[in-house]
Amino acid sequence: MPVHAIQVTLHVNGQQYSLPHLDSRTTLLDALREHLKLTGTKKGCGLGMCGACTVLADGRRIKSCLALAALYQDHDITTIEGLAQGNAAELHPLQTAFIEHDAFQCGYCTSGQIMSAVGLLREGHTRSLTEIREFMSGNLCRCGAYMNIAAAIAEVAGTPREPAGFP
Amino acid sequence: MFPFTLEQPSDIPAAIQLGEAPAAEYIAGGTDMVQLLVDDIRRPERLIALGGIVDNRIETAPDGSLRLGAGARMSDVADDPAVRASFPLIAETLLASASPQVRNMATVGGNLLQRTRCPYFRDPGFRRCNKRSPGTGCEAMEGVNRTHAVLGGSDHCIATHASDVAVALVALNASVHLRRRSSERVVRLEDFHRLPESTPHLETVLEPGELIVAIEVPPAGSFAQHSHYLKVRDRASFEFALVSAAVALNTEGDRIRSARIAMGGVGTKPWRMHAVEEALAGSALDSSAFRMASERSAGGAVSRGGNAFKLELMKRTLTRALEIAAGTA
Repeated sequence: MPVHAIQVTLHVNGQQYSLPHLDSRTTLLDALREHLKLTGTKKGCGLGMCGACTVLADGRRIKSCLALAALYQDHDITTIEGLAQGNAAELHPLQTAFIEHDAFQCGYCTSGQIMSAVGLLREGHTRSLTEIREFMSGNLCRCGAYMNIAAAIAEVAGTPREPAGFP
Repeated sequence: MFPFTLEQPSDIPAAIQLGEAPAAEYIAGGTDMVQLLVDDIRRPERLIALGGIVDNRIETAPDGSLRLGAGARMSDVADDPAVRASFPLIAETLLASASPQVRNMATVGGNLLQRTRCPYFRDPGFRRCNKRSPGTGCEAMEGVNRTHAVLGGSDHCIATHASDVAVALVALNASVHLRRRSSERVVRLEDFHRLPESTPHLETVLEPGELIVAIEVPPAGSFAQHSHYLKVRDRASFEFALVSAAVALNTEGDRIRSARIAMGGVGTKPWRMHAVEEALAGSALDSSAFRMASERSAGGAVSRGGNAFKLELMKRTLTRALEIAAGTA
C-alpha cells in the first residue's frame, strides 16, 4: 500500500518544526512523540478515551491522538514541556500544586491531567469541586489519584472549599 | 490505518468537488473519524479537510431563530451566551456529551454524523456487521445487546444513534442546510437520519459529496423557560446515554400548552416522541400526568433481551425529565 508523505510544519512550545516527509496518517500525538521526540505527552488508549495525550492548541485543550498532525499546522501547540517558564526553572503553578498535593502515583496520566487543567483554568469551570470533577472527566487516572488532582486544581483556581465530608 | 491522501481545499465548492469522488470522505473536527481510521473501520483513499473553510458562526436572527454553522465547535456553541439564554436545552445536551477536550475539537455538523457506538460495529474483530460490511449479518441480535435500540430497529440492525445534541435539535424542530455542487436544500433533522431497514450502512439522506453547511433552529420562544435534558448512563460523566430525554414545555399557568420531546439511547435515530407530546398538550403540570404520558414513549418498542430494561427505564427517565423541566421535581 502506498504511503502518502506530506510536508508538515508544526509550531510547538514557541518553536517551529519542519517535517518534510510525514505520513499523512500521522496523528499530532505521534508527531510530537516519534518525530519531535517530545515524549512528555503520553499515549494511553490512542482513541480519545483516556486523556493522557492532552495538549493545548491555541490555548484550548484537545486530545492529540484524535488530531491529524497535518491539520494542526496553523495552531500554536503547547505540551507539558512548554509549560514551565524560563527553561523549566520555574514550574507552572499547577505543576507545583500537583507536587504539593501528591496528585499522582504512577504518573502516566499526569502530563495529560496538568495540560487539561491548564485548559480548564482558562475555561473557568472551576466554581466548585463538583464542577472541576465534571470538567476533568476526560482524563482518567488508573491509580485513582482523583481526590488529590481535584484538590490541586482547586487550590490554583481559588475554588471555594467544600463543606467537610465531601466524598 | 489505511493510507489516504489528505486534501486541504481552499473553499467549500472545491471541497465538494473533491468530496464527490469515490472513496473520498470529509474530515472536520475528526474526533470520530480518527477513531474509525485507527481501527480500520473507515478506509477512505482521500480525506477532504473542512477545517478553516466550513462555516463556524453561531448566529441568532431578529426573529429569535438560531443558525449554527456546521463547523461550530461543540464547546463554542455550549458557551455561547445567546444559545444559553434562548436554547438552554442545546447547551445542556452539548455539555453532557463526550469530554471537554473532544468538545473543543468536534463540530456540531460532525456530531450529527458520528457513527454508532455499537460494540460490534466498532470492533472489526467481529466479521459480521451490516453497517460496516453490508450483508454480513448482525451479531447484536443474539449477542450482547444491552446498549441497543428498542425503537426503529430492523432484522438487519439495532444500533443506536449516539448523539446527545441531535436529540435536543430534533425536539426543537431543527433543520439542516445541505449543499451539493449545484444546489442547496433544507431537510428537517427528524427526516435527516434514516431507519436501518435493510440498508443500515446508509445512515442519512446525504448524497455523495453533499455537505451539512448549517443547522437552523426555529425560535424556541417560551419553550426555553421549561426545558431539561436528562441523560442516564453507566457512569456519571464522559459516557454515552443508555437512555436520555430532551423535553421542552410551553406552559400557561399550571397547564402545558404544548410539549416538545425527543429521546436518545432508545432509537436507531434521535427519536421524536409525538404520541407523548399529544398526551401532554393541555395536561396539568403534575407527576401523575407525566407518568401517564410517558407510558406512550415505549409504544411500539421491541427489546432483544439485553436491552429489555430500557422499556421501563425510558418511561421513568422521561417522567423525571418532565418533572425537572416543569419545576415539580
